[in-house]
Amino acid sequence: MTPLKPLAEPCPQYLPNDEPACRKPHPFVDVDRLSLHYGAKLAFQDVTLSISKGCITALVGPSGCGKTSFLTCLNRLTDLIPTCLVSGRIMIDKLDILAPQTDVIRLRRRIGMIFQKPNPFPLSIRRNLEFPLREHGVRDRTQLGSAIETSLRDVGLWDEVKDRLDSPALALSGGQQQRLCIARSLALAPEMLLMDEPCSALDPISGGIVEDLIVRLRGRYTIVIVTHNLAQARRIADHAALFWVHNEAGRLIETGPAKQIFEEPHDPLTAAYVSGMRG
Amino acid sequence: MAETLSRSQNPRERLAFVLVWGAAAVVTATFCWLLGDILWHGLSRLSWTFLTAPPESAGRRGGIGPILVSTFLILGVCLAVSLPIGVGTAILLAEFTSDQGLFGRMTRRSLDVLAGVPSIVFGLFGNAFFCKMLGLGFSILSGGLTLACMVLPILIRSTEEGFRAVPANYRISAAALGLSRTTTLVHLLLPAAVPGLLVGLVLGVGRAIAETAALIFTSGYVDRMPESLLDSGRALSIHIFDLSMNVSGGDANAYGSALVLVVLLLLINGAASWLATYGLHRKIATI
Ligand SMILES: Nc1ncnc2c1ncn2[C@@H]1O[C@H](COP(=O)(O)OP(=O)(O)OP(=O)(O)O)[C@@H](O)[C@H]1O
Ligand SMILES: [Mg+2]
Repeated sequence: MTPLKPLAEPCPQYLPNDEPACRKPHPFVDVDRLSLHYGAKLAFQDVTLSISKGCITALVGPSGCGKTSFLTCLNRLTDLIPTCLVSGRIMIDKLDILAPQTDVIRLRRRIGMIFQKPNPFPLSIRRNLEFPLREHGVRDRTQLGSAIETSLRDVGLWDEVKDRLDSPALALSGGQQQRLCIARSLALAPEMLLMDEPCSALDPISGGIVEDLIVRLRGRYTIVIVTHNLAQARRIADHAALFWVHNEAGRLIETGPAKQIFEEPHDPLTAAYVSGMRG
Repeated sequence: MAETLSRSQNPRERLAFVLVWGAAAVVTATFCWLLGDILWHGLSRLSWTFLTAPPESAGRRGGIGPILVSTFLILGVCLAVSLPIGVGTAILLAEFTSDQGLFGRMTRRSLDVLAGVPSIVFGLFGNAFFCKMLGLGFSILSGGLTLACMVLPILIRSTEEGFRAVPANYRISAAALGLSRTTTLVHLLLPAAVPGLLVGLVLGVGRAIAETAALIFTSGYVDRMPESLLDSGRALSIHIFDLSMNVSGGDANAYGSALVLVVLLLLINGAASWLATYGLHRKIATI
C-alpha cells in the first residue's frame, strides 16, 4: 500500500477552472469479474470495470440492480453483513482490497462514503468532524481546528456554521447535514469518494448545492456516484456505467465516457434507458 | 372519545364508559389512599433525628439511622456488581450475537424466565449459595449479591433494547469512516443506549430497594450500625415488615419508615428521568 497522506495537511489547491480536471484519465480502481451474493441470492454478477483517477464515474440503472451493493464492495462495508459473499478481484492503487490481510480501517480512511440519507452523529458539529480525526490519530488542537475549518470551507459550510460549531449537528437542515457528512469524509484526506444517491433525499436547491460541490471536488478526488437522476449524471459525469437486472441478478451492460453512453450508446438497452423509454 | 361514550344513548356503550372510568378511578384512588395514609401517619414521625438516630426498644422508639446506612450499602453492592455485568452482557447480546442464533435465543429466554422468578426463590438461592457455600454468612455482601442476581435480568434486557434502538446507520457510517468497532461502541452506541440503561436501572433499583423476601434470608435483620460489608444489616423494607408484624406498638415508626422508603423511590425515579431528558442527552449532543 502506498503510504497514507498525512492527515490534516492543507488541501491541494483547486485546479484552475479552464483546465479539465480529468483530462488524461488513468485507472485508479480495477474491478475484475466481481460478483456478490447475499446468502443464496445473487445481487450482481461478473462486473468488470475500470475507474479513472480524479474523474467522476456515474453508476446508473434501475432499482435493485446492485449499484449500492457494488459501492459497498469498494470500501468493504460488505464485511458488516454476515451473509454477504464477494468474489472476483478489486485492485485499488495496486492493492488487492479483497485480500483477507487488507487493513480495512486504513482502506476506509482512504475511501470516504456518502449515503443517501444524511447521517451525522448525534454530536455537535465540531465533534462530528473531530471524532473521526482523533480516532485516526490527530490529537493536536490547532491541527484539529484547521482541519475542521478547511473541510467545512471545502463544502461551503464554514460561513453558515462557524458561529455555532458547538450546537448539535442534527439541528442543521438536511442539505447542510449532507454537506457536513461530506466534510466529515474530506477531513480524513481520502483519495476516493463513494456517493450513493447523495442528492436524492434533499430538496432541489440543497441538491443543487451538493451537486455543485461534487463538481468542484472533481480532480482532487476520484468520485463514484450512484444516481437515479439521469440529467444529473449527464451534467456531472466523466464516465458512466449502466447496470441492469438480468434473471434477477444485476449486470453491468455498458460502460464508457459519459458523452458516449448518453449520446451514442452501443447497447439498445442503454439507448432505451437513457432516452427514458425503459427502466 | 370519553365524551362520545358518556353521551351515547346506547346502553352497552354507557356500560363500557362506566367500567373504563371506574377502573381508572379505582387505580388512582388506591394509590392516593395509600400515599395519603402513609403521609398522614408518617409525616409526624419524620425529623432529622428520626433519620439519623439508632432504633430503640426494637424500633418502637428512636430512628432508622443504621437501617438507612445498611439499605444504601446493600444497594451499593448490588449496583457495583450488576451494572458492569449487566452492561457487558447487554453489549454481547445486542452487538455480538445474531437475533436468530442459538446462543442469543437461549440467553434471552433464560433471562426472561429469571426476571419472573419470585424474589423468595432468589432469597433461598442467595442463602444457600452466598451465605452458606461461599461462607459470607448473613451479611450486607450476601444481600447485595442476591439482589444483583435478581436485578440483572431486568437490567440486561432493557439495556439490550437500548442498544437495539440505536439506528443502524450510526454503525454503518462509523464503519465507513474507518472507526473501529470498539470506538463505535464506546463513543456512539453506549451514549445512545443510556436511556434504555436508565429505564432498566430505575426498574431494577426500585425492585431492589423495596425487596424484603430476598433479604430476610441473606442480609438478615440485625439493626445495629454495620461496621463492614460482612456484617449483617437490616434493610428499610425489612424494618417496616418487622415493626408492623412482630413489634406491638411499632406502627408509628413503621409508617415513618414507609414514608422514607416511598420518598426514596420517588427521588430515584425523578433523578433518572431528569438524567434521561436533560442531563445526559444535552451533554452527549454537544460534547
Ligand atoms: N443486506 C441485504 N441482504 C439481502 N439482500 C440484499 C441486501 N441488500 C440488498 N439486497 C438485494 O440485492 C439486490 C441489489 O440491491 P442494491 O441495494 O444493491 O440495489 P440498488 O441498485 O442500489 O437499488 P436502488 O437503486 O433501489 O438503491 C436487491 O435485489 C436487494 O434486494
Ligand atoms: Mg441503492
